[in-house]
Amino acid sequence: MVMKSSRRIPRVLIAKIGLDGHNRGAQVVAYGLRDAGMEVIYTGIRQIAAGVAKTAVEEDVDVIGVSSMVGAHLAVLKRLKRELEALHAADIPVMMGGIIPEEDYDELRELGAGAIFPPGSEVKNIVQYILGVTNGIMDSGSSGNLVRQ
Amino acid sequence: MTRAEWEQQLASDYKHRGRRKTDFCSDSRISLPDLYDEESLKNSGFDSQRDLGFPGTYPYTRGIYPSMYRADFWIMGQYSGFGNPEATNERFKFLLSQGQTALALALDLPTQLGLESDQELADGEVGKAGVAINSLQDMEAIFAGIPLDQVRQVFTTANAIGPIMLALFLALGEKQGVDPRRFTIVLQNDILKEYVARGTYIFPPTPSLKFTNDALEYCTRHLPHFKPLVICGSHMRQGGASAVQEVAFTLANAQAYIDEAVGRGLDVDDFAPSLECQLSVPMNLFEEVAKYRAFRRMWARLLKDRYGAKKPESMKCFIRVYTTGYTMTAQQPLNNIVRVAIEALAAILGGAQSLSANAMDEVLSIPTREAAQVALMTQHILANETGIADVVDPLGGSYYIESMTNTIEASALELMQQIADKGGAQKAIEAGFYQGIIRRAAGEYQKEIEKGERVIVGLNRFVDDKHKMKIESFKADEGVQQRVIQKLHGLKSNRDNEKVRGCLCALEQDIRAGKNTVPALIDCARAYATIGEMCQVLGDVWGTYKEGASWL
Repeated sequence: MVMKSSRRIPRVLIAKIGLDGHNRGAQVVAYGLRDAGMEVIYTGIRQIAAGVAKTAVEEDVDVIGVSSMVGAHLAVLKRLKRELEALHAADIPVMMGGIIPEEDYDELRELGAGAIFPPGSEVKNIVQYILGVTNGIMDSGSSGNLVRQ
Repeated sequence: MTRAEWEQQLASDYKHRGRRKTDFCSDSRISLPDLYDEESLKNSGFDSQRDLGFPGTYPYTRGIYPSMYRADFWIMGQYSGFGNPEATNERFKFLLSQGQTALALALDLPTQLGLESDQELADGEVGKAGVAINSLQDMEAIFAGIPLDQVRQVFTTANAIGPIMLALFLALGEKQGVDPRRFTIVLQNDILKEYVARGTYIFPPTPSLKFTNDALEYCTRHLPHFKPLVICGSHMRQGGASAVQEVAFTLANAQAYIDEAVGRGLDVDDFAPSLECQLSVPMNLFEEVAKYRAFRRMWARLLKDRYGAKKPESMKCFIRVYTTGYTMTAQQPLNNIVRVAIEALAAILGGAQSLSANAMDEVLSIPTREAAQVALMTQHILANETGIADVVDPLGGSYYIESMTNTIEASALELMQQIADKGGAQKAIEAGFYQGIIRRAAGEYQKEIEKGERVIVGLNRFVDDKHKMKIESFKADEGVQQRVIQKLHGLKSNRDNEKVRGCLCALEQDIRAGKNTVPALIDCARAYATIGEMCQVLGDVWGTYKEGASWL
C-alpha cells in the first residue's frame, strides 16, 4: 500500500469505541507513536464506530488503532469495518490492542484486523507494523522523524 | 563506628563488589540513599510525638484503631460480578462459602452508564465487565438467599449512578424485610476521578458533583452508618499516576466533595466519619506502606486543620485497597499470584481496612472460579499463616519507612498546592491538569520497560518463548445479553407503567426544584423503574458530557 498523500509522516488514529473507559493502553500507544515522530489523533473514550470512521476519513489517517479492554473487541471491529465500508474507506488498515484472548485472533483477522497487540506488547513493534503498512521508514538519524521509502 | 567510617567501608565494598545501578529510586522517583538511619529521620523533619503518636490516636499514622488486626482481620471483599444476576448470585454464594466477609458488586458498563441492556450502545457489553442490572428485579435475583445483613458490608462501583444504586439497595432491603439500620452499603460514588481515569461519567461535572453529594447528604441525615462516598486514588494510579500523585489527587478531590457538603450546610463532623478512601497498591512495597501511613496522617490533618473537625471519627481515614492491574503480565500469568500476594502484603503492612486481591487471570479475562478462589485464599494465608497481623503497625519506627512517609507527605502537599492554585480539583480536572500528568507518567513507564530500565519478569527479562504457561480462561456466556433483554422486556410489560411514569415525573420535578433526588429515586426503584429511565430524566435536565478527540 502506498501512502495516501505526499506527506512523509504516518498519521494514526487511536480510538476507543464502545463504553470501555480503560484508557491507559490507548494513551500509552498514542504517546509512544507521537514520540516516534508520527502524527497521532486520540479520539477520547466512549466513541461510536461511525464517528471514528468519519474522523479517520476526514483526517486522512493511514492506520486506525482500536483499544478494547472489556471483551467487546469482536463486536467493535465488526461495527467499525461496516462504517468504514460505508464511507468507501475499507482499505484503511485497522490494528487491535488490549485484553484479547488468543482464541479470538483468527476471527479478528477474518474480520480484517491487520495486527493484534495483546498486553505486554511493545510500542516499537506497533511502530514497525505501521511503517510496514505505510511504506514509511525511520530516519536513520534517529531524530524520530519518519521518511518515505 | 561513626557514620563517616561506615561510609568508607561502603565505598570500598562497592569498589570490590561493583554496583547494580548508579541511582536507586522509588516508583515515585524519590531518590533512595544507601542507608536510612537516625540522621535521615532527623533530616526529614521527623518528630515522633507530632508525626506518629499511638495507633488509634491523632494523626493516625500508625493506624486508625489501637488494636488494628489483633481485634479482627481486615474486610475481605473480592470484587466480583458478571453475566446476568443469576450467575453473580452463584459466584457470591461460592465466595461467602469460602470465608469472604463482605460483598463487592461489579456492574457492567451499560449499567454504570445508565443504559438499558437493549440499547444499541450497550450491544456486546451486557454482562461483560460486571453484572447487568436494569431494575430492582435484578437486585432481588443477585441477592436471592443473601439477606443484606448477613455480610459485614456490600460495596459497589456505582459512580455516575451512585444515588440510584443507593435507592435500589434501600428498596431491596424493604423487599428482603431487613431494616437498613442492620446493613451497610458502601457506594464508590466518586465522580471526579471518572473524568480523569475510569471514564464512567454521564453528566457534566457540576451537576454530577451535586448528585454525588445527594447520596452523602441523604445518608448523613438518615443512615449515618452507610458509606455513601469512597474517594478513589486507585484508578488514577492504575492510569499511570505515581504514589505521590495518587495521594495528592485523592486528597484534592476529597476537598471538593467536603467543600460541596459543607456548602449544603452539613456539619463536617456529621458526614466525615462516613467517608472512605480507596487506594491502589503496586509492587514497590516500602513506598506503598509509607504511602498509606502518609495518607492517613494527611487526611487527619486536613480534616482537623482545614475543616475544623472535632470528632476523632472524622479524622480517621478508612482505607480500602485494590491490588493492581497494570503490574500483572499476560505472559507467564501464574506469576501474577506472587505479585498479588506481595501487593496484598504491602496493603496490610500499611494498615488497610478492606482489601480486594486481584485474580491472576484478570489481565486476560473475568476471573475463573478457580482463580478467584486463589486470590481469596491469598488473603487467608496472609491473615492466618504469616503473623503479619499479630502486632500493630509492625514497620512503624523504621528509619526507611518513617523518612519515606515524611517525603511522600511533603511532595504530595506541594502538588496539592499546585491544584489549589488552579482553582481546586474540579477546575484542574476540567483543564486536563491531572490527565496530562498521568498520561506522561504512563508513557514514561512504558518507555522504561522497552529500554529494559524497568525489569518486568517474564515480559522483558527471563522470557521463555519455548514453553508457554497456559491457564484455563473464563468463557463468557454469549447468551446472557439475550436473556437479560428478554427479562427487561418482560418487566416492562408486567409492571405498573402508570406508576412508573408518575415516579419519574416526580423525580424530574425534584431535580428542577434543586431538591435532594434520593427520596424520589427510592420511589422510582420501588416502582421497578429502570436505571436507564432514571438516568434519562436526569440527563434531560442536566445534559450529558463527552470527551473530545485531540491531537497529541
